[in-house]
Amino acid sequence: MNPTDIVDRDSLRDDVPEFRPGDTLKVHVRVVEGNRERVQVFQGAVIRRQGTGARETFTVRKVSFGVGVERTFPVHSPVIARIERVTEGAVRRAKLYYLRGRVGKAAKIKEKRTVRTS
Amino acid sequence: MATKAIVGEKVGMTQVWDEQHRAIPVTVLKVAPMRVVAVKTPEREGYSALQVTWGVRRPSTLTKPEQGHYAKAGVEPGRRLVELRLDDTSAYQVGQQLTADLIAVGDRVDVMSVSKGKGFAGGMKRHNFKGQGAGHGNHKKHRAPGSVGACATPARVFKGTRMAGRLGGQQVTTVNLQVMAADAERQLVLVKGAVPGPRGAVVVVRDTVKGTAGIVDGRSA
Repeated sequence: MNPTDIVDRDSLRDDVPEFRPGDTLKVHVRVVEGNRERVQVFQGAVIRRQGTGARETFTVRKVSFGVGVERTFPVHSPVIARIERVTEGAVRRAKLYYLRGRVGKAAKIKEKRTVRTS
Repeated sequence: MATKAIVGEKVGMTQVWDEQHRAIPVTVLKVAPMRVVAVKTPEREGYSALQVTWGVRRPSTLTKPEQGHYAKAGVEPGRRLVELRLDDTSAYQVGQQLTADLIAVGDRVDVMSVSKGKGFAGGMKRHNFKGQGAGHGNHKKHRAPGSVGACATPARVFKGTRMAGRLGGQQVTTVNLQVMAADAERQLVLVKGAVPGPRGAVVVVRDTVKGTAGIVDGRSA
C-alpha cells in the first residue's frame, strides 16, 4: 500500500471490467462539444496496459480508413462512460507493438477459445 | 508577509481528476492539528510569528529546557517546533489548535521545505550549464563548465562565479501553488504541482505573498 492511496481511492472507478492486451474493447468516450455532451465509441484492440493505481493506462489500436489510430486512456478516467469487452484475444505478449507493422490478415489477433461449460 | 500558515508533512505525489476530466498532478500533504506553543509579537520579540507543534512525542526524548518550554505553554510536546511568520498574530493565543481548514480550496499558497540533498554537484546539474559538445575532438570534458574568467586582466576568478559544489538540502519556496483540497477531518491538503523535499519532509504552507492578480489556472491571463 502506498501512502497516497487514501487520496487515490477517491479517483478510482469500481466499474472497470477485466481486460487484457489482445482483447477487443468498445470504449465509450464522453465527448464535449460546446455545452453538449455525447458518447462516442472507440473500438479496437488493447495493445498495452501499464502503470498501477490511479495512474494506470491502456492503449487501444484500431485501423480507421486504412490509417492506424491509437488512443491511450487512463483506466480510471471519468472521460470513459463505459468499457465493453467484445472479444478475448489469445496473445503471448504483454505489449502488442508488433501489430503496428502489420496490415490486413497479419494484424489479426487470434481469439481465445474457451471450453463451453454447458 | 503571509496572513495564515500551516505546517504539515509531505506524503507523496499522485493525480486527481478535475471537473473537465483532466488529470491534475497533486502533492499530498498530511496536516495534523497544530498546537500553538508561543505567540511572538513585535513588542516582545521584534517580529510576529506563531510557534506551533503537531503530532506526539515522548516527553523523555525532550531536553529539560524543552520540557519547561512546553510546560509553560501547557501544551503536549509534539514532533518539532516550527515558527510560522505572519503579519498579525493578535487573533491567536497559546494553546489554541489550528487545523487544515485554515486553507481553503482554490487558495494560492507558497510551500516551503528543505529540498533533497544532491551532494557535490557539477555545473550542469547545479546551474543548468550547457556542458560541452560530444564530438569535435572533445576528450573527457563533456560536462565541464568551460572558462571561468578572462586573462591577465583581471588575473583572477571573480567572487560568486558559478561552479560545482553542494546542491540541495537548503530551504526552497515554491510560490503560487493552487490548493486542490483541504480536509481537516482526514488531515489532508492537496496542492497542485510539486513541492520541495523528500517524502516525510516538514513543509510550511502559507497564503502566497506574491500577487496573483491576472493569473488564471497557473498561467498569466
